[in-house]
Amino acid sequence: SWYSTSVERKSLFDKILIANRGEIACRVMRTAKSLGIKTVAVYSDADVHAQHVKMADEAYWIGPPASAESYLSIDKIIEVAKKSGSQAIHPGYGFLSENADFSDRVKAEKLAFIGPSGDAMRSMGSKSESKYIMERAGVPVVPGYHGDNQDVAFLKEQASLIGYPVLIKAIKGGGGKGMRIVRTPDEFEQMLSSSKQESIKSFGDDKVLIERYLERPRHVEVQVFADQHNNVVHLFERDCSVQRRHQKVIEEAPAPGLSEEIRADLGAKAVAAARAVGYENAGTVEFIMDNIDKKFYFMEMNTRLQVEHPVTEMVTNTDLVQWQLEVASGNTLPMSQSQLSLTGHAFEARVYAENPTNNFLPDTGPLFSVRTPPTSGDVRLETGFIEGDQISVYYDPMISKLVVRGDNRDDALRRFRLALEQYQVVGLNTNIDFLRKVASHPAFIKGEVETGFIQEFEQDLLGVPVPPNPVTLALAAGVIRHQEATAIKPSAKDPFSPWSNLHNGFRLNTKDSSKTVFIVDNVEYDVLVTPNSTNTLDLEVRQSSETLKIYSDVVISRDVDGQWVSNIDNKSVKSNVVVHNDKVAVFNEYGRTDVRLAVPAYVTGGEDANGAAGSVKTPMPCKISQVLVQAGQKIEKDSVLVVLEAMKMEHVIRAPAAGVVDQVLYSVGDLVEENKSLVTFCE
Amino acid sequence: QKATLPIILRSKYHLSHENQASVLPNKVETASAGFKDNAAKMEALVKDLELKTEKIKLGGGEVARQRHLSRKKMLPRDRINRLLDPQSPFLELSPLAGYELYDDEVAAGGIITGIGRVNGVECMVVANDPTVKGGSYYPITVKKHLRAQEVAKENNLPCIYLVDSGGANLPRQADVFPDREHFGRIFYNQSNMSAQGIPQIAAVMGSCTAGGAYVPAMADESIIVRKQGTIFLAGPPLVKAAIGEDVSAEDLGGADLHCRTSGVTDHYALDDEHALVLARRIVGTLNRVKSPQIALRTPEEPLYSVDEIGGIVGDNLRKPFDSKNIIARIVDGSRFSEFKEHYGTSLVTGFAHIHGHPVGIVANNGILFSESALKGAHFIELCSQRGIPLVFLQNITGFMVGSSAEAGGIAKNGAKLVTAVSCARVPKFTVITGGSFGAGNYGMCGRAYSPRFLWMWPNARISVMGGEQSANVLAQITRESKAKKGLTWPEEEQEKFMAPIREKYEAEGHPYFSSARMWDDGVINPRDTRTVLGLGLSASMNAPIEKTKFGIFRM
Repeated sequence: SWYSTSVERKSLFDKILIANRGEIACRVMRTAKSLGIKTVAVYSDADVHAQHVKMADEAYWIGPPASAESYLSIDKIIEVAKKSGSQAIHPGYGFLSENADFSDRVKAEKLAFIGPSGDAMRSMGSKSESKYIMERAGVPVVPGYHGDNQDVAFLKEQASLIGYPVLIKAIKGGGGKGMRIVRTPDEFEQMLSSSKQESIKSFGDDKVLIERYLERPRHVEVQVFADQHNNVVHLFERDCSVQRRHQKVIEEAPAPGLSEEIRADLGAKAVAAARAVGYENAGTVEFIMDNIDKKFYFMEMNTRLQVEHPVTEMVTNTDLVQWQLEVASGNTLPMSQSQLSLTGHAFEARVYAENPTNNFLPDTGPLFSVRTPPTSGDVRLETGFIEGDQISVYYDPMISKLVVRGDNRDDALRRFRLALEQYQVVGLNTNIDFLRKVASHPAFIKGEVETGFIQEFEQDLLGVPVPPNPVTLALAAGVIRHQEATAIKPSAKDPFSPWSNLHNGFRLNTKDSSKTVFIVDNVEYDVLVTPNSTNTLDLEVRQSSETLKIYSDVVISRDVDGQWVSNIDNKSVKSNVVVHNDKVAVFNEYGRTDVRLAVPAYVTGGEDANGAAGSVKTPMPCKISQVLVQAGQKIEKDSVLVVLEAMKMEHVIRAPAAGVVDQVLYSVGDLVEENKSLVTFCE
Repeated sequence: QKATLPIILRSKYHLSHENQASVLPNKVETASAGFKDNAAKMEALVKDLELKTEKIKLGGGEVARQRHLSRKKMLPRDRINRLLDPQSPFLELSPLAGYELYDDEVAAGGIITGIGRVNGVECMVVANDPTVKGGSYYPITVKKHLRAQEVAKENNLPCIYLVDSGGANLPRQADVFPDREHFGRIFYNQSNMSAQGIPQIAAVMGSCTAGGAYVPAMADESIIVRKQGTIFLAGPPLVKAAIGEDVSAEDLGGADLHCRTSGVTDHYALDDEHALVLARRIVGTLNRVKSPQIALRTPEEPLYSVDEIGGIVGDNLRKPFDSKNIIARIVDGSRFSEFKEHYGTSLVTGFAHIHGHPVGIVANNGILFSESALKGAHFIELCSQRGIPLVFLQNITGFMVGSSAEAGGIAKNGAKLVTAVSCARVPKFTVITGGSFGAGNYGMCGRAYSPRFLWMWPNARISVMGGEQSANVLAQITRESKAKKGLTWPEEEQEKFMAPIREKYEAEGHPYFSSARMWDDGVINPRDTRTVLGLGLSASMNAPIEKTKFGIFRM
């Protein structure tokens, strides 16, 4: 039998170190704790108060925020492992998880590495080598020609062998430069020559490669697991096609629309791939699949436990971290291939601190208010952050993963949508509402997942925002008034003062209104709030002095969960309204609505405020790439002061007016949060 | 074998029974035709009051308001609303002041005054209305300003002056400038309140010329709005005339001058809203602790609706109503610990709570006899001794007349009540719920007896005696003098004689006439009586309760 069980069961570790942070560190610790294994965390200056530090039995400081000096420092992590008496190191994902030298070093230090060998990582780390190994092992790779012969007739012949449509790509290329899609043989020569012209212009080299072009590609990957006893199994596939900027957004298992034959074939090929490199522990074999003919081709193997492993756990009823620990301890895999089966369907959403409507730029800041969906066996929230934590500029902006299981895809998707609706984060921008829109999109519901999904449906997902519903604005204004009215508490010596306890805005023989001005997507709205003697409110929603809607006798109160119960528009509804400085987030039956309170002149300082010195501020979290001025320097209006880098894009900060630089507050290389002063000017 | 139970278990006692025993019964038939008719009549009076108030709220009219707004200034009532804590009450004083008083319309007397909560502290707010005759001071404006200061002084309330006024109304200078209770008294009050530790805060949001300049100058802290507020003893035209100097108002007395050079003002505001925020911030630094010296209880709503008062009372003073039905609708839990329930029953006395504050209530249920007067004096002594605030529900035609009453010493016994009312130093509150006639007004704590606040219901009437009585008395005298001369006086001529007397009394006894002259602090919707009393009681607790020393009670 290929499945060996003749091994004596070894004890698991007593103590392990998790060389990571955030949700994955917490995830690993959770399983370790349930198995009675002590956990050791490491942290940088930026993570002193992080959840993974609190959760661990021991935590060690390993350096400043920059990952190169902390989470990527092999020496420091080995030192902590030794000092703490850890027997093994779990690398999580990212950071050192696919660093072959780290894996080797851990073993050299007589510690166990909870992951594959350095050699397996190296083999899979090289694209060309891995493709060669796969071809030999009978794993399909995208048909193509990658050789040195650049003769036109030869290349055209290769194209015919590969089969049209084909893709011509510059070998040194990137960013789509020199890339051409050729659909028929008669346009091959012309496309090849234009590709070569562009390549030589861009890269100084006109060598090209030719590959099969997939019109409607999907990203399908297979979870594999191998032990030290030559056992390899697959735990079925995941579909991770829905991506933005090459980063996965929603993953699901199993992949929709696959026949059992293809599923079995995928699994077998993935196992073959793992065997080909003598793999050990958890890995993922990624395939690109043509959604038309369902043919799939090897792309790469990820030699780690992946972000999206929970969807596999949900549909196979396994704990993959436990599997990792068993395997790393030298035990056989907990289950054989025949024991593994698929039950139900699961989705995972990656919740990022980012702004989908602004090109998915990452955001940083506090998780001012977090309301999470109720969790259960079918709803998991993997997170390393709780309300009050900061998402810093130093690391990946992923806040959490929401994983939801159901009996079938429809069932799972319905629960998934509800959980996304119930997941309410305020303080920084997140992609939750975007994820909800994806999960609610008819094409997604039909299972039409392809890597081009977000681009194709961009208008639906990120299009023009709908104006806020008047109910939402009325509710926001009502809640703000309610909070303000009760903000100043009566003194303990005078607890029953009607001055403090009557919140009905009593006026002698009349009523007075107050106005709350909101700005939503650059449109100004105002709500007139008129308290009645019966402690109800009349709410008039207006836009440019025109009444949109009047709601009378509204009662707003807070329930035990902190939700706002209101009877606007003759129905009693529960909503979540979070007021954070000038930002107000309303979660109600119309989804999430973000509104801003108009800021009065006495806060902004007005146009010609009393001696307020000018300054320029960071428009987003960024890294300083150039500083072109110094203190005392005279500058002209619009002269360049600082150049920033954010999301691999440069941003030039110019002088708002002529003047003299007072101070330059940061230097090159500094990571700076949003809305921080960069340069101040003398009066 | 029977065990002997301890004595304590054999006595039945329940606190709930004790509480039930003091609950006033509901004796009102809301389904009756009389009730409905009364309710409709009162509703009409209230409606009229509300309409008048809405008009007064508009100040000096649309043109003046628009002119004011075009200067990016806030209207005075919006200023007050922004100054006060969100959704907290504002107990405005005498909004009907100046109503039909002059040939000019002077809405609210040109000045808005009242108590409101600012940053958790109850304050007196005095705001000029520049849309009404440029915010200039008519005699009624001065009276209203001084009354606000009197309320502030008696109740120890910080004063916030929102200044935007052209100063004294020059054509009426003789009636506003020289006398004891005229313009100068404003500053006298400011300094003396400041001396007593009652903070004086001024926000200059418009002109502050001549005498007006002293409001911010004499304040403990002052704020000025840039390019809007000005303070000077003499304006540019006067300066030009006096010393030939050419200077703009801003350079002569604007925010930059006074905050940077002269130091007349302490805080520089960008605009009206900023000034109000600064005023709130100043109140936040006052470090005041309110410590009511009374035994507070958790408030309870009355068992019977305040909305029913109108149906009980109606608009006809000739139809008596039982004041206990009113008490049952304004006190906590409708509970009333009546004192001397069966003696001198035309005066109802007893203890209750309003918004958790203990009160002694004195209410009329008919004409005052010797017994009722004695009972009232006794009860006021009790409240004064115990430091319990007094609430007078005044509905009185007067003391009993006639030989029997005089022989019973009604004058001496009435005097005892007046002495008690006069000397009682506990906070007193008067609501005129019906008639307020003759010495009844005195015995029931009329304006002259310095209640902290005095309010009238819209159905009430106030005069030395009823119009009908007065007409009859005067007709009687005329008839007798004609009879002496042997002249007859035909019925229709008598009627012609009496009608204008009745009309005059009706007009001069009307609550609007009273409120226009500030004989009261406002005409209130009967429905708001509990609220207004609660606010007044609570405001009065900012000042310590003084010990009472009574004068001689003639025995």
